[in-house]
Amino acid sequence: MPATDFLRTRFMPHLWCPGCGHGTVLGALLRAVERMALDRSSVVMVSGIGCSSRIEGYVDFHTLHTLHGRALAFATGVKLARPELTILVPMGDGDALAIGGNHFIHAARRNIDLTAIIMNNLTYGMTGGQSSPMSGFGELATTAPYGNPDAPFDAVQLATGAGATFVARSTTYHVQELSRILEQAIRHKGFSVVEILSQCPTYYGRKNNKGEAVEMLKWYRDTTIPVSAAGDTDGKIRIGVFVDVDKPEYTASYAAMEAAAAQGQEGRGGR
Amino acid sequence: MAKKTSADVRFLQGNEVCAEAAIYAGLRFFAGYPITPSTEIAERLSERLPKIGGRFIQMEDEIGSLCAVIGASLTGAKAMTATSGPGFSLMQEAVGFAVMAEIPCVIIDVQRGGPSTGLPTRAAQGDVMQARWGTHGDHAIIALTASNHQDLFRIVVDAFNFSEVFRSPVVLLLDEVIGHMREKVRVPAPGEIELTERLTTSVPRGVDYHPYFPREDGRLPMSDFGGVHRYNVTGLVHDMWGFPSDRPDVTNDLVHHLVNKIENRAEFLLRYREYHLDDADTVLVSYGSSARSALHIMENRRSVGMKIGLLELQTLWPFPEELVRHKCRGARCIIVVEMNMGQIVREVKAAVDNPQRVFLANRVDGTMITPNDIKNVMRIIEGKGV
Repeated sequence: MPATDFLRTRFMPHLWCPGCGHGTVLGALLRAVERMALDRSSVVMVSGIGCSSRIEGYVDFHTLHTLHGRALAFATGVKLARPELTILVPMGDGDALAIGGNHFIHAARRNIDLTAIIMNNLTYGMTGGQSSPMSGFGELATTAPYGNPDAPFDAVQLATGAGATFVARSTTYHVQELSRILEQAIRHKGFSVVEILSQCPTYYGRKNNKGEAVEMLKWYRDTTIPVSAAGDTDGKIRIGVFVDVDKPEYTASYAAMEAAAAQGQEGRGGR
Repeated sequence: MAKKTSADVRFLQGNEVCAEAAIYAGLRFFAGYPITPSTEIAERLSERLPKIGGRFIQMEDEIGSLCAVIGASLTGAKAMTATSGPGFSLMQEAVGFAVMAEIPCVIIDVQRGGPSTGLPTRAAQGDVMQARWGTHGDHAIIALTASNHQDLFRIVVDAFNFSEVFRSPVVLLLDEVIGHMREKVRVPAPGEIELTERLTTSVPRGVDYHPYFPREDGRLPMSDFGGVHRYNVTGLVHDMWGFPSDRPDVTNDLVHHLVNKIENRAEFLLRYREYHLDDADTVLVSYGSSARSALHIMENRRSVGMKIGLLELQTLWPFPEELVRHKCRGARCIIVVEMNMGQIVREVKAAVDNPQRVFLANRVDGTMITPNDIKNVMRIIEGKGV
């Protein structure tokens, strides 16, 4: 099935600005799903609120557009009720890591089999370019006119520390690698996190003199370095797969507990 | 001697009744966060649900709990959460999502003293208006309550049934007294109370399914996530596909639908008890644990010849205006008994023909209102002093 068959073209044109990176993420994701030959009816996409989260409207899966920051909590309910379904959770950087930070670390702690996709454009695009917890010190935003006074999260370290068992970072410049990483993340049994640097030339780029989309993609090319590269990063951002380990997955552990509880009931003859 | 089949009679806490009745109603998914005085509901379900193939999860907070419940409900599972005032406040954004996206779910709020952390272990009925208007925007809501454990069992099942019929969150407003009190309850036999199951679409695979296109009877058949129909669910204003729209006609139709589907069926949703209203010139109106004290003083005053009756409301929202107007017609004196500064009394005043005859007997010190408190209010109304 070609990747375009996973699109709901009825609801296009999409609402993203010219030059936005989110369409590139959508393309990379659908090519991963295409290679995996997933049945559309076995996939649920659960998103939050923001530019990124509107991605779910355009894909022909079961799609749930939820509340700002709460996508992982909704997704946890879907997954625990129907563990056999594949759950994709695209979120923005503010969505996942500011208002949704608590759900993010707890989904990681549980190691529940969800694929969290953080489309990090370093800003709140839908509301017009405010600073996000990923913007970085000194960056300009409509709510940081004198330069942002607070430091950003490192999403990879945060996810790793919280217990995610697959953690990766990529960019919309490295689109082939991005698609392969997304496939790995979906195949991984456990909580997987893929942080994707996705350009916002309209707000973040313009405020911070990063140029148009092409310049921003070149910026991703020139300021990143593979995780496997030896030595000092020279201030560059490492990309690639940081964590890929096997640990007990939440719904599998739940199933084992459920089986034990059911046997216990027989042993005691019920209540 | 042949063994006699006996009724399943138990001595349970109100919170335990909630758990048992929810399972009776078909509960298969619970997500919650510990909070006094509701915690026993989560504790009991954490033990019970895994044994029957159900799912229990302790989430990281209350809004996450209701979000997980909504996610599970979309897969076809009957789902519930339980909390108290502060947790109910935190949940409100997700309540609105369930209203807007029309996802069946049940929310139990075992009320305690407030505002804020308030009195965690004490009784109050201060969340009546939070249940009605806690989430933002125009909407209707269903909220039920009960004053004794036998009624509570039935009301919990009603809550699940209503959530399915109306594709709506249903709030069960208990209070600390009902939640923690132990009382005899006869557990109904399977099938004794009729259960409303999820109405699923008959649209076959390959044919367009419109998740928000009502049938002639107003109900919206659902399709489980993971099933053959793939559709969109959103908290945005949406069209019959579930796809976002900001068209004025679509918006207007949706808001009217969300309100009218409940307000127009108030009679169907009506649950109440009445005692000696036929000849009553003094009518007590009460609900939840307050109704126990109201019932006590009514019986006491009846025994000395006073013409007094009690209207006990079990459906609080949509407020049963017609019932209250009808039952209070002819009463010289209407006393609303509740444990707050006056929430249902406002609705009663708005409903009756003579609002100047409506009085409030209340208590807000964390202590259950007593029959004597109500008697004192009656003496003041009669000009006798306390």
